[in-house]
Amino acid sequence: MIEFRNVSKFYGSFRALHDVTETIARGEVVVVCGPSGSGKSTLIRTINRLEPIDSGQILLNGEDVHRPGLDVDRFRSGIGFVFQQFNLFPHLSVLENCTLAPVKVRGLSEAEARERALALLERVGLSGKAQSYPAQLSGGQQQRVAIARALAMEPPLMLFDEPTSALDPEMVSEVLLVIRDLAHKGQTLVCVTHEMGFAREVADRIFFMDEGRILERATPEDFFERPQHPRAQQFLSDLRSPFARSV
Amino acid sequence: MIDLIKNYWVYFLIGQYPDGPLGGLALTILLGIAALGLALPLGVVLGLARTSSHRALRWPVTALVYVVRGTPLLMVIFWAYFFLPAVTGRQTSQFNTMLAALVLFNGAYLAEIVRAGIQGIPRGQSECARALGLSYWQSMRAVILPQALRNMLPSLVAQFVTTLKETSLGYIIGLSEVSFIAGQINAQVLTQPVAVYTTLALTYFVLCFGLSRIVGVLEKRAAVR
Repeated sequence: MIEFRNVSKFYGSFRALHDVTETIARGEVVVVCGPSGSGKSTLIRTINRLEPIDSGQILLNGEDVHRPGLDVDRFRSGIGFVFQQFNLFPHLSVLENCTLAPVKVRGLSEAEARERALALLERVGLSGKAQSYPAQLSGGQQQRVAIARALAMEPPLMLFDEPTSALDPEMVSEVLLVIRDLAHKGQTLVCVTHEMGFAREVADRIFFMDEGRILERATPEDFFERPQHPRAQQFLSDLRSPFARSV
Repeated sequence: MIDLIKNYWVYFLIGQYPDGPLGGLALTILLGIAALGLALPLGVVLGLARTSSHRALRWPVTALVYVVRGTPLLMVIFWAYFFLPAVTGRQTSQFNTMLAALVLFNGAYLAEIVRAGIQGIPRGQSECARALGLSYWQSMRAVILPQALRNMLPSLVAQFVTTLKETSLGYIIGLSEVSFIAGQINAQVLTQPVAVYTTLALTYFVLCFGLSRIVGVLEKRAAVR
């Protein structure tokens, strides 16, 4: 479904992505992990063209994502993106957040969009909050609304950029449960996260990144029990140190 | 004072109308509303251009903003007064001259307020709107501008009040707005300049205060959400 071909990306002289070549299949659940600044977020932001790339190619269903002249809006509407900072629209109610794009981009009627949004809000456990405004919700609730909003476009692909990193610890699991639910229902998704327990449970494959390269790509079992790359071994042993979150 | 009001209140409010052109307070309000009504959309368009990633849009507007900011309004009025007829080849009425000057001048100032308002919205908002598949215009209209305009309200009110007061410069080109009319009344009465100009000052104060209050109520209502 997604194919990276020798993708490189620079911020000035800093090389954020270093000749990345990789394929992600339809229905696959990929978790990307690695230390801060390793290029994880950059990697998934290049998939829907939130970040331009400097060389190489990214193909989504055979279509060159960074081709000039691509209808970016139509293309992006088929990819759900969930941000670390939720980015709900604060001036719109929860329901309006979820119906805005389906109405404006997909051309759904208000009634259809509303019905779809309410079903999704129920799915993320927030059916009672449709009329609330984002500021009235907890972080975990806001992020679940953000997921429902992305799902309202019925995207074949979902991308999560550290969806729980901005949350208080007690709200992390409510969001991860929603994502796990999606993964189990066959949604193709790529999730950047530091939650290793989650990665272990839901991922089909784990990518470990450092310095702009995917150093390790393995099943969760192989990654956690038999990491090959020294950098990955180091990363995992750091996570197991006494004050790190448990693996 | 009573006599003054009794004799001149109609002239003060509407000028020579209906025997002559509309003037006085009515003309001031009309000019103010027209100037604000045209300057605000112009300011939004110029403000959008100021934040554009296209240089061809950004640079001319930036130049305009700097030129206007570096020029007194009086200069712009004279310039409109002499330049507009030369360009259009037709006599421009004082009202339209003044309107053109006010719209251009305030459009440029409003552009800066709009720019600040747009840039004050976190980048994640437009990024997220675009990630959902909204076009630039759709995300501006539905996501960015509604939030930005709300944040801009206090600055907008200040600019609106300024615009309203600036209509008094129509005096210079003989536009019979309320300051000009007050001057006429003073010239006829001769003995009561303090009363005449105090009335004029109070009139402007009531107008500007009223405008501030109206927007203040809107602001409060917007803040409830």
